[in-house]
Amino acid sequence: MMSTATPLADSRPAAPAEALVLDSVTKRFSAAGREVVALHDVSLQLTPGTITGLIGPDGAGKTTLMRLAAGLLWPDEGTVHVFGLDMRHHGHQVQASLGYMPQRFGLYEDLTVQENLDLYADLQGVPHAARTARYRELMRMTGLAPFTSRLAGRLSGGMKQKLGLACTLVHPPGLLLLDEPTVGVDPVSRRELWQIVDRFVREEGTTVLLSTAYLDEAERCDDLIILYEGRLLGQGKPDVFERPLEGRTFKVRLQREHHNRSLEQKLSTLPEVVDAVIQGDAVRIVLREPSAVEAIHRALDPLGVVDIEAVPPRFEDAFVSMLGTRGRQDADKPDHDNSSETATDGTQPPRSTADVDLRIPTTDDTRPVIEVRDVKRRFGDFYAVKGVTFDVARGEVFGLLGANGAGKTTTFRMLCGLLPASEGRLVVAGIDVRRTAAAARARIGYMSQKFSLYGTLSVAQNLRFFSGAYGLRGRRRAARIRWAMEQFQLTSVANSNSGALPLGYKQRLALACALMHEPEILFLDEPTSGVDPLARREFWHRINALAARGVTVLVTTHFMEEAEYCDRLAIMVEGEILALGTPSQIKERARTAERPEPIMEDAFITLIQSRREQPARSGEAKREA
Amino acid sequence: MPSAPELQSGNSRLSVEPQRGGALMRMRGMLRKEFLQIARDPSSLAIAFVLPTFLLLLFGYGVSLDAKRVPIALVVEQPNADTQSLCGAFEHSQYFAPVYTHSLPEAQRAMLTRRIDAIVHVREDFSERLRGPGQAAIQLIVNGVDANTARILEGYVNGVFSQWLIQQVSRGSSVPKSRVDVEYRVWFNRRLRSRDYLVPGLIAVIMTLIGALLTALVVAREWERGTMEALMVTPVAMREILLGKVLPYFLLGTGGMALSVVMAVWQFDVPLRGSFASLLLGTTLFLLAALGMGLLISTVSRIQFVAAQVAIITTFLPAFILSGFIFDIGSMPRAIRGFTYIIPARYFVSVLHTVFLTGDVWYVLAPNLLALAVMAAFFLGLTRRISRKRLD
Repeated sequence: MMSTATPLADSRPAAPAEALVLDSVTKRFSAAGREVVALHDVSLQLTPGTITGLIGPDGAGKTTLMRLAAGLLWPDEGTVHVFGLDMRHHGHQVQASLGYMPQRFGLYEDLTVQENLDLYADLQGVPHAARTARYRELMRMTGLAPFTSRLAGRLSGGMKQKLGLACTLVHPPGLLLLDEPTVGVDPVSRRELWQIVDRFVREEGTTVLLSTAYLDEAERCDDLIILYEGRLLGQGKPDVFERPLEGRTFKVRLQREHHNRSLEQKLSTLPEVVDAVIQGDAVRIVLREPSAVEAIHRALDPLGVVDIEAVPPRFEDAFVSMLGTRGRQDADKPDHDNSSETATDGTQPPRSTADVDLRIPTTDDTRPVIEVRDVKRRFGDFYAVKGVTFDVARGEVFGLLGANGAGKTTTFRMLCGLLPASEGRLVVAGIDVRRTAAAARARIGYMSQKFSLYGTLSVAQNLRFFSGAYGLRGRRRAARIRWAMEQFQLTSVANSNSGALPLGYKQRLALACALMHEPEILFLDEPTSGVDPLARREFWHRINALAARGVTVLVTTHFMEEAEYCDRLAIMVEGEILALGTPSQIKERARTAERPEPIMEDAFITLIQSRREQPARSGEAKREA
Repeated sequence: MPSAPELQSGNSRLSVEPQRGGALMRMRGMLRKEFLQIARDPSSLAIAFVLPTFLLLLFGYGVSLDAKRVPIALVVEQPNADTQSLCGAFEHSQYFAPVYTHSLPEAQRAMLTRRIDAIVHVREDFSERLRGPGQAAIQLIVNGVDANTARILEGYVNGVFSQWLIQQVSRGSSVPKSRVDVEYRVWFNRRLRSRDYLVPGLIAVIMTLIGALLTALVVAREWERGTMEALMVTPVAMREILLGKVLPYFLLGTGGMALSVVMAVWQFDVPLRGSFASLLLGTTLFLLAALGMGLLISTVSRIQFVAAQVAIITTFLPAFILSGFIFDIGSMPRAIRGFTYIIPARYFVSVLHTVFLTGDVWYVLAPNLLALAVMAAFFLGLTRRISRKRLD
């Protein structure tokens, strides 16, 4: 792995030490008078020359662990050793052979690409003679060579991420720590980042610890560490986690005229099913045991021709079934108790095996509820949205898929009348938003990124405030608040400050607030960002139920797999819609002989690549000039 | 000996010679980065150069604490040659714009409606008492709402009156010599221009803005954008990070200072009686203290918004109100006067007033410079002590 020519021989201790060892580490923080245990008795070690994935939802303690490894935090109990040296005493020495990329890449946005590289080369003491070759190699790998004189702040998210990586690699690190390097970045850049990291591990023997919330990235790692609520749930190779699921994963397809959303609802109510999730035109299920497939056949037979196909397990299946048992115990318990009494309302995820309608809801009203025609939005001389056109029908779940900065949120704000469009036509629920935004707003619910709640108000106060803001009074208001408390299982936390709640609760509360006035259209801006996979599934159950009741849902996301839950979606890149259609139609475009079953990410990458090859060239050249 | 960097073709292995750069290279990197950021950030340049210009123009031209052409009422009960001559003296004074009223009640009404700020009442027995053995007096009624202006007016009226008396004596009139015993001499600010007093003091306020507010903001910005976190996980030492902030903003502050001095002397005609050396020494010590406060603030509050508020409340406002720049420390209540001793700007204002208006009076400058040196050492030392390359 390490040849004798290894440049780090001087900065790394001679002993054949493990790259990173945590020994019963506990780390506590006190926030607002309360003590939070960020890591609880965590012990682990990394194998040199491998990529270890640190997997867990937000708040699991991933960043704390990264900072402990970087020497930015000291453990309250236990020890952290890097290359055999205790970070508490030798942190400064170790940092000479560390590469660390914090969550926002640690770039100076008002410095150019070259100036950022120079700074980190100076700080890492890279000799001038060695720089030219090193820079050339890094620029070639990251594809940033044409942009060296561009300010880092003017780079796209993907380019920033690669520059951040290049800065940590100006001096070849022995241990590379990457804290959520791929969040919100487009799939092409994600793939490229992985290629760079892979190469460094192979060619320079770097040991990498990479945290991520994307479960599909777990399978690219040599080793996985799973954190949940500050505890280490397991460490091992991906297949160690997947093996127990062998023979328990299936894809279920119904006849064409059946809606897979309803099928998913039906399947998730079956006791034999641990997890059910829409994947394209099929529903992927994880069963309690392989033999339960007979029971599924029996349950679905009356619905017509059913195709149940065994598929190999994924890491996500393992993760969900692993956390599922935990999650159900605390968060979801009241759900099961309440569901039978309160199932009258459509927002309730229909878990009780009751009559789920498997037909596509038909309405006489075929006019679109949302009409967007050639809408543009300009900020200065920059077009955040450049000519977007789409329609959304009643009861449809319509997704806007794209990386950060693709123009999704800007489009949303224009639709809600929060931001005037520069050009184009915007009609929501028959109302021209560009003229009478206020009238349209009464009929829409909006849940913004980061769940705009009043953190210092309790859950009940937030509900009271938002219902008041939407003009609800007296009995009706009280009834809606009661409804929200029950439907979203908020009763137990009614008097807690909403700012202190776990993200999953905040998300439910934010959705409840957006639904207080029973809107016919629901706008959800990145509703699942940072929320753990269990809460995300739960959330989509609710959205599906709302759509089944005729509520039109517009949702933005950068999770490729969530695009599969939408009836139709638009893929946005740099303010333009690259593709529009059903998930199957969009994936169809990426179908090739060697890839007969493309996933949404493949489709996205194919779209971006074909765009880059085409006229985009000239656009790129213009911006450079 | 380390060999030249090798680049093996084929597997594109990268190799860097083992001789790595040290503190000098790191320091150079930090400084270059900071200067590039200053040059590209309009807000830093605005605080360093536009704000001083704006404040100097405002205080140099707009704000004046002088009493000039103050409307006063002259009430003369028995007009004669003496009173006419006295009234003439008021009319010729640049400080007054007198109007004549016939009776005291009329003048009082004018005072109530704020058309005039003072009443000079010349009684009917004025001439007799002037020449007689008694006390020749005029009555002065001042609008005391603005106590400062009232006191200034009182002085000016006294001045005009005694000046007039002197004239009467020198012209050989029958006014006895013994009457004349008032002698006014203005030291230090000979022209009695408030501008000469305000502009040097203002420089202390400007230095506080650059030293404390700007520094607190730029360091907090590094925390907010996550760049501080990235810096800390490099071999750079904490003292190098701090020095990388102190040096550039020290130079920026000196630049702002130079601009302010040039404007004060050439634009506003403020005298500079002391030496540049003592000015530079005072500025250096004060800037170090202000930079220390700024760094301390941003070490404690790592959010730009909070850092700005703390910096304004703990450095800018005290420098404005409690430094003696506008409000005289001597006339403050005892408790507040005690409080001013912990404000660095107080000592700097004193240094600036001395150097600009009096000269290098070392027995005045030395204690002030010493206090500044102690404060600079305290704030920089404390910052160095509590700054660790850690987040907790």
